[in-house]
Amino acid sequence: MSESPERVTTEDVEHVASLARVDLDESEAEAFPDQFADILDYFAALDEVPETESEPELVNVMRADETREGLTQEAALSNAPESEAGYFVGPRVS
Amino acid sequence: MARAAERTGLEPVIGLEVHVQLDTETKVFCGCSTDGDADEEPNTRTCPVCLGLPGALPVLNEAAVAAAVKVGKALNAEIPAETQFHRKNYYYPDLPKNFQITQYDAPLCSDGVLEFSHEGDRRSVRIRRAHLEEDPGSIQHVRDGPADLEARTTSVDRADYTLVDYNRAGTPLMEIVTEPDFREPAAVRGFLEKLEEVLAYLGVFDAGSDGSLRVDANLSMVESEHVADDGTIPEEVLADANRTEVKNISSHRGAETALSYEASRQRDQIEAGREVEQETRHYNETHGNTVSMRAKEEEKDYRYFPEADLPPLRVADWKEKIDIPELPDARRERFRTEYGLGAEAASKLTSRKAVADFYEQVAAEFDPDLAATWVADNLLGELNYRDREIESVTDRLDEFARLIELVATDEVTTKNAEETVLRTMLDEGVDPDTVVEREGLGKAAGEEVATAVTDAVENNPDAVADYHDGEDGALNFLVGQVMQATGGSADPGTVNELLRAELDS
Repeated sequence: MSESPERVTTEDVEHVASLARVDLDESEAEAFPDQFADILDYFAALDEVPETESEPELVNVMRADETREGLTQEAALSNAPESEAGYFVGPRVS
Repeated sequence: MARAAERTGLEPVIGLEVHVQLDTETKVFCGCSTDGDADEEPNTRTCPVCLGLPGALPVLNEAAVAAAVKVGKALNAEIPAETQFHRKNYYYPDLPKNFQITQYDAPLCSDGVLEFSHEGDRRSVRIRRAHLEEDPGSIQHVRDGPADLEARTTSVDRADYTLVDYNRAGTPLMEIVTEPDFREPAAVRGFLEKLEEVLAYLGVFDAGSDGSLRVDANLSMVESEHVADDGTIPEEVLADANRTEVKNISSHRGAETALSYEASRQRDQIEAGREVEQETRHYNETHGNTVSMRAKEEEKDYRYFPEADLPPLRVADWKEKIDIPELPDARRERFRTEYGLGAEAASKLTSRKAVADFYEQVAAEFDPDLAATWVADNLLGELNYRDREIESVTDRLDEFARLIELVATDEVTTKNAEETVLRTMLDEGVDPDTVVEREGLGKAAGEEVATAVTDAVENNPDAVADYHDGEDGALNFLVGQVMQATGGSADPGTVNELLRAELDS
């Protein structure tokens, strides 16, 4: 577990950016691999920590099927950058 | 799997992913109501959880889990000791959190089976897995412009932007994935009908709700020579065949149309020497065809990881406590043995739970055969003709029982009961006695008829003499007299017989 993790490539960055619908220009896409490498090296220190078995503290947390008051349409839309006729406005999709 | 297909050429291989909305009061991870109607205002059934607002935490709805366990039991699936939720990451406006809470490598149900009948044959389709997840919101594609919103609503490729409604977001969905066990598009329809029947019997599904059943289907073509008589196909042949995923199927009929189209499209490609491209295609219900969609994420692109906000679910502890009712197949067999019904009547009466319940209540009071005729043939036939469901009369059980009683006790003729009383009851919502009285359909009581017959013979010596002289019209004249005396309520056939008996004695 101590060897350095596989390096993130420029292609990886571009692929993930496209999945996340994030526009990166070329210089950004080229700058990220070094930054990711630094971050991953930093966290590689965690590989030295011995693994411990731990039981989850909680299981089967559920609620009864009872209706609760939600938000009004106005409140729901209040954080939206744009809305129309009660809808959130989103980008066109392909 | 008996097949009549020819041994040469190409055959479709089909697998399904069926999404069904579970009929709970509230959403799967929050207390928002799932009870929406078609013309409700958008974004009026939301809260921080289903809007994906920062810091909001999901809490699992116990009723959704119970419903999913019922489905698993009905499909004879394995329900593991422990199951958990995962996040499926993708970016689309219908997903406010940019991930969907679903299940990945530990689904609630696996390795099940569903039997159904297709063209008189028993078929069996293996269920690979069935898991619980949240429904995304709904999207409308819109063009810019000054016109009304409705006029600017368009298709995905022509739109300038989207409008998003999160009322549906978070509705509990069960995704049921089959093995690629279908060899004909038409059989898919039979499977979906049976699945809906079972879900309705379980009381976990409301077929009437819009978008309550959505289907994605995988289809590839294989050479018939690779298909064994029992329908099995070697793994490597299946792995080799390029397949497409057809999305946006929302009805049983749509499934058959979409897959028939897709099968012939692929057959044409292969026969023209071209390779079928592995892609996602969109079913266009208006045109009955499928069109290529944008390149979809591959499975690894979804970067599934465990949903840390939801602790694991140990269903083993309480799955035994969740009972399921008698299912359609078992009930059909019981109707045959318990009530002595034929195969056709038994399946007609059990395909919908509400019909079966109605029948059993009627059969408890009357001859099961008579009850079967009245419910399966007369009532369902008349309802079908009126495009109505059994639910429109289930609260009038007493009235239908009374109608059958009137026939069983010979107070109304079968013909009048079928053609007048039942139809008027359905069309006007009145009870059978009212119809009988208003239309004067009550069969005159036996004694009244007997008296009228004796009177007719005594008061018409000329006609009696004519009858004995062999004059045809005489008997008809006497029948007419009796009918008149009983106000038309006597059964003409009975009167005829009684008169002959009286005259010939």
